[in-house]
Amino acid sequence: MRELANPTRFMSYSGKLLPWLCGLAVLTTGIGLYMTWFIAPADYQQGETVKIMYLHVPAAWLGLFFYTMMAVSALGTLVWRHPLADVSQKAAAPIGIAFTGICLVTGSLWGKPMWGTYWVWDARLTSVLVLFLMYAGILALWNAIEEPNRAARAVSILTLVGAINIPIVKFSVDWWNTLHQPASVFRMGGPTIHMSMLIPLLVMALAFTFIGVCLHLAGMRNEILRRRVRTLTILEAERLDAQVA
Amino acid sequence: MATHTFFIAAAYAVTTVIVAGLVARAVLDHRTQKRALAELEARGAGRRSRHG
Repeated sequence: MRELANPTRFMSYSGKLLPWLCGLAVLTTGIGLYMTWFIAPADYQQGETVKIMYLHVPAAWLGLFFYTMMAVSALGTLVWRHPLADVSQKAAAPIGIAFTGICLVTGSLWGKPMWGTYWVWDARLTSVLVLFLMYAGILALWNAIEEPNRAARAVSILTLVGAINIPIVKFSVDWWNTLHQPASVFRMGGPTIHMSMLIPLLVMALAFTFIGVCLHLAGMRNEILRRRVRTLTILEAERLDAQVA
Repeated sequence: MATHTFFIAAAYAVTTVIVAGLVARAVLDHRTQKRALAELEARGAGRRSRHG
């Protein structure tokens, strides 16, 4: 990790790794979609509508995963002052909000035919909406403060405050009586889903993870380039000022 | 199934559009930053002033 703290070294390693990760993302997405559409059976109650779950569940996991990553990066910024922590945090936010958005939209599209409504103010749905709004607030704060180090510290504090919502999202179905079903994969006593559906679901989750990691690495690389551009622009302005003087 | 086709198709369409948007954003941002960096380096922006 220490070695990767150098942005130049990170650019070199990530540049070599990214094409392989993108290849794995394409491969697992192809396999996952094939399994979802041609191997996984229809649910005895939901029918073919269960196919929405192969998008909804991985998107929900990734929405939580990226916020958790941002919270760890926030600690990296505030406590360890790791030079790439805020770069990681800034790159993760747009991906996290996108996956949380996918989770909310696909959940609503599943809810209408299954529950008879697109939305209920149930603890799980509401806490995921709060997660989405937290991401939106964090993105707004990044854009509101121009100086990257000041923005990183302010965003880190907001991110850590918002991290309290992560266990609420996870355990909302246990703590409150919700319309949303309880956990059926990561639970004590093992998954309650039949293997014929569980394996395609896990492959899709792996595909989403590869997509998310690729986008995150690409986002970090772009952010490092953006900061180089900013530094060179300032240096150029200083040089021109000195010439005029 | 037939009555639910719209919901399934809409879920896959929305997901595809959002993921494609993220990929396009990353690629376009990379091109923009690379171009800006190349222009700055071509102008010698990294060089220190002799006066400074």
